[in-house]
Parts: sequence; structure tokens; C-alpha cells
Amino acid sequence: MDRKEALWIYQKMNEIRFFEDEVHRTFGKGLIPGFVHLYAGEEAVATGVMALLDDEDYITSTHRGHGHAIAKGCDINGMMAEIMGKKDGLGGGKGGSMHVADIGKGMLGANGIVGGGFGLAAGAALTVKTLGRDNVAVCFFGDGASNEGVFHEGLNLASILNLPVIFVCENNQFGEGTPFRYASASETVAERASAYNMPGVRVDGMDVEAVYDATKEAIARAKSGKGPTLIECDTYRQYGHFEGDEQKYKTDQDPNKDRDPIPEFREKAIANGWMTAEEADAIETAAEKTIVEATAFAEASPLPDESALYTDIFA
Amino acid sequence: MTERKLTFMSAITEAMVQSMRKDETVILIGTDVAGGAEVDHLVHDDGRYDDAFGGVFGLSKGMVTEFGRERVIDTPIAEHGYFGAAVGAAATGLRPIAELMFNDFVGFALDPILNQGAKMRYMFGGKAKIPLTVRTVHGAGAGAAAQHSQTLYGMFGAIPGVKVVVPSNPYDAKGLMLAAIEEDNVVVFSEDKMLYGMKGDVPEEYYTIEIGKANVVREGTELTIVAIGKMVQVAQEVANRLAKGDISVEVIDLRTIAPWDQETVLNSVEKTGRLIVIDESNPHNNTATDIASVVADKAFDYLDGPIKTVCAPNTPVPFAANLEKAYIPDADKVLKVAEELIADLRKVSTI
Repeated sequence: MDRKEALWIYQKMNEIRFFEDEVHRTFGKGLIPGFVHLYAGEEAVATGVMALLDDEDYITSTHRGHGHAIAKGCDINGMMAEIMGKKDGLGGGKGGSMHVADIGKGMLGANGIVGGGFGLAAGAALTVKTLGRDNVAVCFFGDGASNEGVFHEGLNLASILNLPVIFVCENNQFGEGTPFRYASASETVAERASAYNMPGVRVDGMDVEAVYDATKEAIARAKSGKGPTLIECDTYRQYGHFEGDEQKYKTDQDPNKDRDPIPEFREKAIANGWMTAEEADAIETAAEKTIVEATAFAEASPLPDESALYTDIFA
Repeated sequence: MTERKLTFMSAITEAMVQSMRKDETVILIGTDVAGGAEVDHLVHDDGRYDDAFGGVFGLSKGMVTEFGRERVIDTPIAEHGYFGAAVGAAATGLRPIAELMFNDFVGFALDPILNQGAKMRYMFGGKAKIPLTVRTVHGAGAGAAAQHSQTLYGMFGAIPGVKVVVPSNPYDAKGLMLAAIEEDNVVVFSEDKMLYGMKGDVPEEYYTIEIGKANVVREGTELTIVAIGKMVQVAQEVANRLAKGDISVEVIDLRTIAPWDQETVLNSVEKTGRLIVIDESNPHNNTATDIASVVADKAFDYLDGPIKTVCAPNTPVPFAANLEKAYIPDADKVLKVAEELIADLRKVSTI
């Protein structure tokens, strides 16, 4: 990791956190319809991976997708407007929080279906491979999705076709309200990789550098034609499964509960000489401003025209 | 009979609880139907459990405490797996209630319903019974967007071997749920999430409502409106508004959409000569179009005008609040259609 990457990572981590905290408040005020699932606490994963991707690389995301979208470079104003169901949203207000997407940025969408991304990511990687492009696809999924049957199908298919795809499991310890330790017969997700003849690594998902290093190796492997990698990031979500969740399943003993990847990275980046404390402060201030502006933008945006109900069905 | 108000949601809970008390082969299985499995602080000293969720809408809250984790079973998020298990258990002696958290998730759960549960009895020459209740949730209006708001009961209803029930009020919800659990067939019990808070009279006693029988909730002579689930309220509003212009509307709450009650609908159309069907499904290949086709076939000579269907448009469910509102059939949309059908009545009355 170099200084430039570290500064970018710290900026995106802060943008994600301020964004999610703001969505939490805005939802509380009743300005956001529907279901919202917040990413706060898992910033090290999205940023550690996305620091190594560009717009031509693809990602598939989850119902907890705001962090992925921000780190993949989606327009933050457009995201906030989308989440409020406004005309200037990335999807014209027609998708909402669970369907934030920007295909032009390689972001193939947050997804309301748990496990919805495995096949999509394999397909994006198939495009890359077939067209001979030097890119990868990354499939983000949660520990909950790892128990869907399509996990097996997606990983097996990607492996036999030698696809340049990286499966990144964000193990935040809970699939909705059920602990991973109950829902999974294997102790880790990573160890299942051996069944698919691909490397499986488990990293500290609160440590950006650990995520970054594992991703870098997986990308090199994918781009050299050796196929997919499974990376399990051990992390934690600060908020509930959805906004309004009482989180009765959480305990004080939950691993990573008292950790926060953002100050951890700030400290490390300063210690490593990647950024100064002043630079970190400035990044935090700027990120907060970005989110304040996004909220203002979204609130000012009109509702979609009613005719929009009938458009975008077919090309 | 006890006079008592319950919400739509609590009526369903009460039905499940009563059936589980009555019959020890009844189990509830699904993702987070309790929640918090293996979380120590949710276990009482006496070994009883608290739930973390009791279903994402809280509909099965408290059930794990009464019945334990052996009968209120949290699954991984693995719909194909646990619906397969539910069918397998149903075929071999249990009477499962399996929850599909949102009907939109049927993509991952369909094969056990479509190709296993619905067909085993037929394929095995009548030598199997599949007493499985699939509880699921449909409907737009909660801002839950394209993958959590669809209305798919019609899709289930198109499968031979599957019965589909769509309650419109708390009383029916309890009676139909108890009937569904008693059934020796696959019954999809589809709940409109927008009705969960609706209150109504619900007797405490155990009672069932016959599956396959519609309910004439308002008698009338000039126009029949058949409505499903939440749309029954829309039909009632339309009937009230038309009554002010002296138009007499019969409202039929279909209650069961597969097999739907042809006798009640045909009798009504023979009386009124006019039919509107309201169905929140997308407009093609749904329950409304099926009713229209059967009525056109069997009651053609009684019709005084075209059969009208009022459905959601042929679009995914939009997220933005104003678009979602425009998506859902409402009284204004139905009245617009009704005006075409009753134009001749209006002429008569103004002469």
C-alpha cells in the first residue's frame, strides 16, 4: 500500500461512515421509505478491496451495499437521492437502498436477494475472460449468503471455468438475527474453498491492510489465469440487520464489537508515514461536508415524474 | 363467542400457536422465525428461549419460548434447502409451517414447491400427502422496492397441486390459517404486509374457514367486484362511493385464489351482468385474467359489458413513494373503469 492509496482509503472510509450515520438519522426522521441496511463498521473491507479496482472491474453487492457503492466510486449525491426515492437518484428513484447501482462504474448493484451476486459476478468474470480484458469481478457477500445453495454453484462454476473472480465474504457474525456459528456447519467460510480447488483465506476484516494484501494476491492470481479466490473478512456491523432492529442477538463478547476500523487505520497510516494527523483531520472534515451536501442535494431533488413508472422495462 | 379485537398479524400468530398446541406434529421452520439461536443471554435458567426476532415482522414472537427450538426452527438463509426439508418432513409425518420471508425470495425456494411438494401425491398415485403450509408475504406499499414488494400468489396458484389463500382481514386470517394447517395439501398462505396492523374481531376459539370458498362481503345487484386481499378494502370504498349514485355493487372477497370459487363468482355475475376484478398482481397471467377467462366462457350470455380487470401495471414495483402509490390499484382507478361499465345505468337513471 502506498501513500496515495492510503489517503484514498481513509477518505472513502470516512465518506461511508458519515453517509451511513446520516442515513441512520434521516431514516429516523421518516424521510427514507422501506428497508435500510447499514454498512458502518465494515468499511475496511469495501475500501481495502476497492483500492485495487478501477471502473472497468466489476463488483456485485448485497442488501448492505452503500459502502461498496461509495468505494466503487458511485456518485454520492446520486446515491443519497436514490435512497430517498428522488428523481436525481442513480436509478431515478426507482430502485432505492437495496438496489443502488451504477453499471458505468462497474457496480452491478446492491441486491435484495441474499446470495443474488454469486452467479452475476461469475458472469461478469466470464465477460472479462471471453473478451480478453485485464480485469476482475469481485462478489461481495455476507456470512448469511454463504449458506445459500447458490454459494456452492457460483464458486464451483467459477472454479471449473477458471474465471477471474474474487469471492469476498464479509463475515459480520450474523445472518440477519442468527449467529454464523449456529447457521454454518463449518467453523469458517474460507475453509470451504478447498472443496472448489481454490485458495481460501481468512483475514482480519477490521484491518484495511490485511484485506488489501489478500485482495492484491487474489487479483494477481485471477489476472494470471489461475482462477478464483475466496477471501473471508472477519468483521462486525455496528448497526442492526435493518434500521429498527433491536439487535437482541448481540452480546458484549462478540468479536470485533469494540473495534472500529477507521481510527485503527488512521493510527496505522500515520505511524507508517502514509498520512499526517493534519491530513487525516482534513479528510474527515471534507468527508462530512460531502455527506452534508449529498443530503441537501437529495432533499432538494424532486420526486420522479409519474410517467417514470412505465419506463425502463425494455431496451 | 368472545368479542375481541386482534390485529391481522396477531390473528395469524394465534392460529399458529393454537394449532401447535393441538397437534404436536405442527412445526414452524424458516429464517429467523425465532432468531438469536445459540445466543446465551436469550436462554432462561429453566432452559426456555427468548427470540431475537420472532420473524422479521415479529409475527412468530414468543413462539420459541412456548414450543422450544425443536418445533420453532431457525434455518440458515437457505430457502432451497429448508423448503426441501419442509416438503420431506410433510411427506413423512410432520405438518410444517414453512415461512418464506418475502414471496420475492421464491426464486431460491421454488423447486421443492413446484416439482416436489406439488407433484408427489399425483406422481405416487395418491399414496402421499403433503400437509405443508407455506406462509409468505406479498404486496407493495411499504417502500420495500422491486425485490421485496411483489404480489406473486397468482404464480403459486398456477401450479396444479397447490392451494393458495389470501386473507383480507384478521378474522379470515385466523380461520384460513387454521384451515391451511389442517389441509393435507400444499397451501400457500400469502399475507399482505400492509394489512399486518389492521384490527378486527377475532374469536379466541379455534375455528376454520373453508378453503376454496369466497365470501360475499356486500350484496348488490348491478355490478360485481371480485377483490383479493388488501384490494377488498378498495372494492368496499368503490361500492360505498357508487352507492351514493344509487349503483348497487356486490363485493366478493375471493379468500382463496386457487382453486377460486367459480360458483360464487358466476352466480353473482349472472345476477349483476357486470364484473370488475381487482388484483395487485402484474396484469398478465394472474388471478384476475383467469377469472375473466372463466367468466367469459361460462357466463357470456349474462354479461352486459366487458369484463374489466384492475391490476398493477406491467412493471416492477418502483421504490419512489409517488411511483409506488401510482403502481397500486386504488379506488380512483377502479371507479374510472366502473364508470365505463355502468354508463348505461346512469343514462337510465337520468331519464
